[in-house]
Amino acid sequence: MMQRLNKSFAELKKQGRKALITFITAGDPDLAATCDLVDTLVAAGADIVELGVPFSDPLADGPTIQAASTRALAQSTTLKKIIATVKEIRRRTEVPLVLMTYYNPLYRYGLKKLVRDVCDAGVDGLIVPDLPLEESAELRRLAAEKLAIIPLAAPTTPDSRLAGIVAAGSGFLYYVTVTGITGARTKLPDELSHSLDRVKKISGDLPLAAGFGISTPEQARTIGRHADAIIVGSVLVKIIAQYGASNAGRQELSGRVKALRQALDSE
Amino acid sequence: MNKMEEKMGRATVPDERGYFGAYGGRFVPETLIAALDELTKAYELYRYDQVFQEELKGWLSSYCGRPTALYRAKRLALELGIKEIYLKREDLAHTGAHKINNTMGQALMAKRMGKKRLIAETGAGQHGVATATAAALFGLECEVYMGEKDIERQAMNVYRMNLLGAKVIPVSSGSKTLKDATNEAIRDWVTNVGHTHYSIGSVVGPHPYPLMVRDFQRVIGLETRTQIVEMHGCLPDYIFACVGGGSNAIGIFHPFLEDDLKMIGVEAAGRGIESGAHSAPLCAGDPGVLHGSLSYLLQTEDGQIEEAHSISAGLDYPGVGPEHSFLHDQGRVEYISVTDDQALEALRLLCRTEGIIPALESAHALAGVATLSKRLEAQIVVINLSGRGDKDVATLAALEEKEGK
Repeated sequence: MMQRLNKSFAELKKQGRKALITFITAGDPDLAATCDLVDTLVAAGADIVELGVPFSDPLADGPTIQAASTRALAQSTTLKKIIATVKEIRRRTEVPLVLMTYYNPLYRYGLKKLVRDVCDAGVDGLIVPDLPLEESAELRRLAAEKLAIIPLAAPTTPDSRLAGIVAAGSGFLYYVTVTGITGARTKLPDELSHSLDRVKKISGDLPLAAGFGISTPEQARTIGRHADAIIVGSVLVKIIAQYGASNAGRQELSGRVKALRQALDSE
Repeated sequence: MNKMEEKMGRATVPDERGYFGAYGGRFVPETLIAALDELTKAYELYRYDQVFQEELKGWLSSYCGRPTALYRAKRLALELGIKEIYLKREDLAHTGAHKINNTMGQALMAKRMGKKRLIAETGAGQHGVATATAAALFGLECEVYMGEKDIERQAMNVYRMNLLGAKVIPVSSGSKTLKDATNEAIRDWVTNVGHTHYSIGSVVGPHPYPLMVRDFQRVIGLETRTQIVEMHGCLPDYIFACVGGGSNAIGIFHPFLEDDLKMIGVEAAGRGIESGAHSAPLCAGDPGVLHGSLSYLLQTEDGQIEEAHSISAGLDYPGVGPEHSFLHDQGRVEYISVTDDQALEALRLLCRTEGIIPALESAHALAGVATLSKRLEAQIVVINLSGRGDKDVATLAALEEKEGK
């Protein structure tokens, strides 16, 4: 239900805090571990959890998330199994859950059935990076008020187009911070703060989340000043790649999320 | 829909959103939308721009050797028991395949749009070579993504690209072939979209590529029409072409879509459709989204893209251009498939009977004709000989060694 997402943003706003959105790939290293890893993320201070549904050809992703998708697919992870895992996660937590995937697995599943099944399982929104505004009408119509179809905007998106994207979007606006693919970067664009301020003027009430390339507490702090949320993925996926879901890995993951949380809250 | 509307429908696709009936569209990251809008706008301009079209025509004739010959293959026809066979000799175009028609058009556009750098994906290497050639000619920087498996089996084309000043970037992800090279090229474009033009090699990808590449390849069919009428006095009964992404096929089919003749696209059945190791999405796939458009695909039940297989690197792709999906559903073009072995046999037959070594890709079109020879007995048949086979000699030699010939 989209309500969880909206409520989360509303509460954070009341508290004057920024949302921390964390991404991991479902099924990496396996789906049982995914349940535990979500627990870890939430306990360490994640406000929203994004689960990647692996796809064979993730063309918006850099090497880190590509490799995670490959690992998850090698474990026979499917959308159907991920939906079942979400049900499992829902028994443990009310944290807003968002699935991020490419369009073909969704199209193949059948959009009508997809919306019904993910809503039943307790998914709150979908992020589909290869489904731009013009192609998402059918999915948005089916999702209606039940499921957020979270739109993306990029540095190359003109203002005139951005207004249309915001008007059609729900949940939050995912602003892609770099002209490029996912993956941790030591340096983000100089003009990022300015870009976020510009986007914020247009996005209005739709919460603004910045993602792609963010990995350090320092980046979180800086960007948090200009957005309602930050999204962190590759740096967490890298930890899982290295440690799997072992205790050491969960400790490492927890430490990283806590550091980001602190940085965001220190403002 | 009456007959007239139906005809109009075929002539007017795609619509302004890039849809050929239910297929096509633009399924790409938001980052690329502005660039695709810019490209669409530019193409709408150059498509009807006399000066641009004249300049392109000039390059195609003086530099690429167009028009390419239409050759009547009497000994092949005799061997197959078919009345008349004509070969459209795209193998005689500069760089040895039809790919140059498209890259000259795209490079000329890129230059006019102020882009400094061309990137491309390549399977057999023919499109990579054609892009590198156009880039050298127009003074543009060029980088070509190529799967490691293809680099190995098409070593000569890698060397040619290097000679032409292009950089070949090996792709080691996934199946290490054309599909993965395309992913990497798109990732590059997402990152460098400001100064880079992505020169797509077939009628695939997001709008406006399927339209633009088709238009640049239509020259094949337009020439064929004039030539066959001159040589034979009327239009042929059948046109055959191989279909990977489908650019040589659309190029020769499109100017004949409204005519009363049959067209057959030949997909690669690899080791046989039933083996699962093939590249025949129209014959054995389902609609889905890959590389920016909705079209027939090889995919699993869960929507993961399956690896394709073909002995021909240029056909080794799990997708197909959206216009082919449209023509398939409409029943306007018939799509069949032939195996690796059938293609090899057809390749050897053309070498022996006509003294022409065709590309393994084009050998699929020949094999399609050979398999249907009973039906074609009394017919006039045109085959698009899309490329020459020099690049495949190493593959053939290795195969013969393996077979102990």
